[in-house]
Amino acid sequence: MTEVIRAEGLQKRYGATRALDGVDLSVPRGSVLGVLGPNGAGKTTAVRTLATLIKPDAGRAEICGFDVVRDAVQVRAKIGLTGQYASLDEELTGTENLVMIGRLLDFPRAEARSRARELLARFRLTDAAGRAVKTYSGGMRRRLDLAASLVNRPEVVFLDEPTTGLDPRARNEVWDTVRAVVAEGASVLLTTQYLEEADALADRIVVFDHGKVIAAGTADELKAGAGRQTLVVRAKEAHRTEQLTAIVAQLTGEVPDVVAETGLVSAPVADSGVLASLIRALDGASLGVTELALRMPSLDEVFLTLTGHSAEQSARAEEKITEGSLA
Amino acid sequence: MTTAVLAPPRRISLRRTLRHGLTLAWRNISQLKHSPEKLIDSTLMPIVFLVLFLYVFGGAVQGSTHAYLQMLLPGLVAQMAMFATMGLGTALNEDIHKGVFDRFRSLPIARSAPLVGTILGDTVRFATSMVILTAFGSLLGFRFHTDPLSVLAGFALAYVFYLAVSWISVLIGLVAPSPETVQGLAFLWVMPLTFGSSIMVADTSTMPGWLQAWAKANPVSHLTESLRALMLGGPVGNHVWYTLAWAAGIMLVTFPLAMRMYGRRA
Repeated sequence: MTEVIRAEGLQKRYGATRALDGVDLSVPRGSVLGVLGPNGAGKTTAVRTLATLIKPDAGRAEICGFDVVRDAVQVRAKIGLTGQYASLDEELTGTENLVMIGRLLDFPRAEARSRARELLARFRLTDAAGRAVKTYSGGMRRRLDLAASLVNRPEVVFLDEPTTGLDPRARNEVWDTVRAVVAEGASVLLTTQYLEEADALADRIVVFDHGKVIAAGTADELKAGAGRQTLVVRAKEAHRTEQLTAIVAQLTGEVPDVVAETGLVSAPVADSGVLASLIRALDGASLGVTELALRMPSLDEVFLTLTGHSAEQSARAEEKITEGSLA
Repeated sequence: MTTAVLAPPRRISLRRTLRHGLTLAWRNISQLKHSPEKLIDSTLMPIVFLVLFLYVFGGAVQGSTHAYLQMLLPGLVAQMAMFATMGLGTALNEDIHKGVFDRFRSLPIARSAPLVGTILGDTVRFATSMVILTAFGSLLGFRFHTDPLSVLAGFALAYVFYLAVSWISVLIGLVAPSPETVQGLAFLWVMPLTFGSSIMVADTSTMPGWLQAWAKANPVSHLTESLRALMLGGPVGNHVWYTLAWAAGIMLVTFPLAMRMYGRRA
């Protein structure tokens, strides 16, 4: 079997809103699928359906060949789930949380303890192992939550917005652990609102909007389809901004945007090779810069190209889904 | 790697479900170990009610507090069995909102295990109430007048009733939109059952007709009368059977409903 996740025509409605409107997904073994979309696009509903927490109204899905509705118990033995908020017992310690899950997975007591120790060490939580989870920072909680979903050595790991609300350092730590999970052979389905995150972790990306998959491909394919990257550069000495603008204009063939107050010069570029040419040109002109970056198109830009409406508009429209699902 | 992971079974056996339930009961007990102050209500409530009821009603109802104490204490056992269930629904509701139940529901365990575990774990609360009530009652002069076996049977009956009533609390915890609502609702169903009974008065004949009928049919009255007979002596009559029948009836209705709600809760 090469596909560990296969979904066909998944549908789920909450009242009048279609949270999932005919979703097809396929994840080959050992790969990472990034599900990208704004708030309420149906990402969480998709994860909850695949992880057997809710039943689809129509369509079918298989995890490792087991049907998510009919063979829910078998599916649960194969998966690990990390939800949007850490689903841990705040009163218990890190060790106690993991031992409890090990015991629920029928590990003998000693094995549950050693597995807990091993995971705590791997997620750099050994020092905090004996402390109640309510004393943990956001990043530590997320790591423990991730550890909790790996106790059973799952073949498929679902990560629902694993870094939302984390600071950049904690986010990088979570990214590293996700990479380690993949290196061990697990397949991952990860949802995110950030193109950058999908780009960093996923082999393939599908874009969700209004419960539908509106685009699929590699990060490069999506970016290429979504418009160009933006070159951002700033001269060290403010009086040379004009000279810098001329160089950028010449290299990109575009009229650069210049922010007078900050001296920030930006221009869309079609080919990332432009960066090397720019550095050579700057060198030749002995022009020092304080800032130089190639910015990827934002999720908003990807969205605008794909749907003709902005991600924010979509999120507003879909807020009703979240309300509906709680009712 | 365990064989369970390699070849997942399709159904969860009863034995494994019980073991999972015990693991989750251990979770509740560990919580209490970390914050013992959570037991303060179960510890103080029996003392407060015993002292209040005894000295407020004792003289008026029975002529002397000593005579009233003998009658009141078995009634308070029934009352504490009811009150001990009130925190359950709130705790469960919090678990659902915090996402802890999502974790349980994504594990290959029986759907009933987390609910059963919560109820079993909360037994600590019930046991604490019983021990404090009996100990403090004895200090004030309460004495059992029957053999230890009957006394034990009394507490066992109260426990069975508590387990059954727990499912009402669980059901409310599963359907209520917030922990605060659960608390509000708990008072609505616990109070009429508890106080519209023979817990505080052995003689219900002075009540108006409608309340007499209610108190007579009320399972809490049957439990109270069973406990009085088992702890003080006298004919047990059919009260034990009525109590058990009510317990079975409550479970038969609430357990399947709770399982359905639990399955539906997204």
